[in-house]
Amino acid sequence: MSAESALSIREVTKTFPTPEGGEVRALDSVSLEVADGSFTVLLGPSGCGKTTLLRCIAGLESPDSGEIDLKGQRIDDVPVWKRRVNTVFQSYALFPHMTVAQNIAFGLEMDKLPKAQIQQKVGAALEMVRLSDLGARRPSQLSGGQQQRVALARALAKEPEVLLLDEPLSALDLKLRRGMQMELKRLQRETSITFVLVTHDQDEAMSMGDLVAVFDSGRIVQVGPPREVYLSPRTRFVADFIGEANLLEGAAAGGRIDIPGFGDVADEAMSAGSAPPQDGPVIVAVRPENVVLRPDPTGNGTIVDATFIGGDLHVEVAVGDTLLSVRQGGPGSEALAVGALVRVGFAPGSARIVEP
Amino acid sequence: MSTTEAPRRRRRGGRAGQGSWWAGAPGLVFLIALVLAPLVIIVIYSFLNRAKLGVGVKWTFTVQPYVELFYSESLSGEKSFDPVYLQILLNSALYSLVTALVCLALSVPIAIWIATRPARWRTALVFLVTIPFWTSLLIRTYAWVIILNDNGPINGALTGVGLLQQPIPMLYTPFATTVGLVYSFLPFMILPIYASAERFDFRLAEAAYDLGATRLTVLWRIVMPAIRPGVIAGLILVFIPALGSYLAPELLGGGKTSMIANVIAAQFGASRNWPLGAALSVMVLVITMLVLVAFAVVTRRSSRDGNRQQLESFL
Repeated sequence: MSAESALSIREVTKTFPTPEGGEVRALDSVSLEVADGSFTVLLGPSGCGKTTLLRCIAGLESPDSGEIDLKGQRIDDVPVWKRRVNTVFQSYALFPHMTVAQNIAFGLEMDKLPKAQIQQKVGAALEMVRLSDLGARRPSQLSGGQQQRVALARALAKEPEVLLLDEPLSALDLKLRRGMQMELKRLQRETSITFVLVTHDQDEAMSMGDLVAVFDSGRIVQVGPPREVYLSPRTRFVADFIGEANLLEGAAAGGRIDIPGFGDVADEAMSAGSAPPQDGPVIVAVRPENVVLRPDPTGNGTIVDATFIGGDLHVEVAVGDTLLSVRQGGPGSEALAVGALVRVGFAPGSARIVEP
Repeated sequence: MSTTEAPRRRRRGGRAGQGSWWAGAPGLVFLIALVLAPLVIIVIYSFLNRAKLGVGVKWTFTVQPYVELFYSESLSGEKSFDPVYLQILLNSALYSLVTALVCLALSVPIAIWIATRPARWRTALVFLVTIPFWTSLLIRTYAWVIILNDNGPINGALTGVGLLQQPIPMLYTPFATTVGLVYSFLPFMILPIYASAERFDFRLAEAAYDLGATRLTVLWRIVMPAIRPGVIAGLILVFIPALGSYLAPELLGGGKTSMIANVIAAQFGASRNWPLGAALSVMVLVITMLVLVAFAVVTRRSSRDGNRQQLESFL
């Protein structure tokens, strides 16, 4: 399609038979444009179809319908070994009977490159992931983080048009994962290869992606830069899955929104991007840091729980039957003791109507 | 871990010396009675003279049977080198090798196919592989006599359709012997290869495809190294018993394609030369042991790698 699209996925659908004889729709008419040289993250809970989409791009699954283009050329009918796309697998899938260097060389041998060139590329790939002195080791002699980097080097050595990463960091412990996130970002910048990463970890998606595509039960529900997805969630699912959100059910009538226990929501509290609501039930999403609490003996909320975490005060407020999660920083928070009555409001421009 | 392990090991060490000896005694008796004793008898017989008349041996020591293995005596008493038995043995080894290789070629795809089926099918398919064992090998070999016959179903169908004017003689040919051997020993190749293939992580194959490998390359460079222990076990389990095959060459080869077991049987039967039969048996035994040792060396080398890998992946 457009010249700067590395990948263009159009209305891809994929169903799998279930053991009970039914079928499950892993991908439901999914469309996505991945810009060349970008770092795109497919984010969603497990079983949402994001890995299936990755496998369709790699060629390990074939979609039932739809089209996948790589650099303007249709690839969904090209066999997996001919696609200029490589994958870093969740399990790393390093060949146990080969050394690290042989693992990396394997893909280059498939391209029938001359020996000297293979050697040079293997060396460069090892250097890139900072494993130059471990080329002669077997994968089983490496730590998890090192295996991960071998898997990366093996895929990157092929210089693919698009690098697919299937939950590459999920097997690493937290500290290592942070380091690898930075490393992946660095590699992506240095190689300017298009990265498509699948994850269920929203922090990972937020910190790494240029573009985040949020999956929910086989569909992409929202695509955008991480900030935009966080600040302007389109659906209830996105608001809830990415970051924390208070989801309040109310009703709209004549352009005004009424939430039981809160009364009318002030116009200035609504985010600018929200379209004027149609009459009927609505869901309003507010981030915990955007809930404003003012001590007020006639207030509509009661503080049920208050905990200090890392300098912030995490408060739970009961308004009628609804429990709100609130984050307050800085001075003034001493007054918010358990049992205190407060007036609950929303910071200007922070409340958002989301689709159910 | 180490605190619970230490006393257990000590306890076992204290009693193990006596306990295991007595526990092993019945097995030892069986081994001596059923394996060692017959072998000793065979070796003894191979150093005796043949009885001039009738059945049996004359209890006088001689190395004559071993001379007979390599030399033949003319009527005038002149000895000349005669490799006829060596040739038959070589011939048998060749049959066994071809059998093992054909079984290997058939078993790898079958075993991989079974290993890639859903788990609930696999047990049933492995069960199907073992079905031939339900019937005597003799009966199953006779079935091949019927199948390969000039008037059998294969020739019947080919002539009936008009592809052939005359039936192809298949029975009583080396081809029939090979078919019979492959048929008899195929399960012994499929099962160990399947056992290896079942443990293979097929995500490795996906990774290889992803890196640009075609099906053949994946099979050769990724799958084969992983199922190598099964292949080696299968080769031993087929080659060695095939070397001593009696039924297939007897019934399907029609006596024209004798293997060493048929010659040995003839010495104990029609030829009434028990010492020579015993000497031939000893020769087969020695060669079999040499082959096993060779396999063991290869296996140990590869299993050392394998064990190291397993240990490493465990760490």
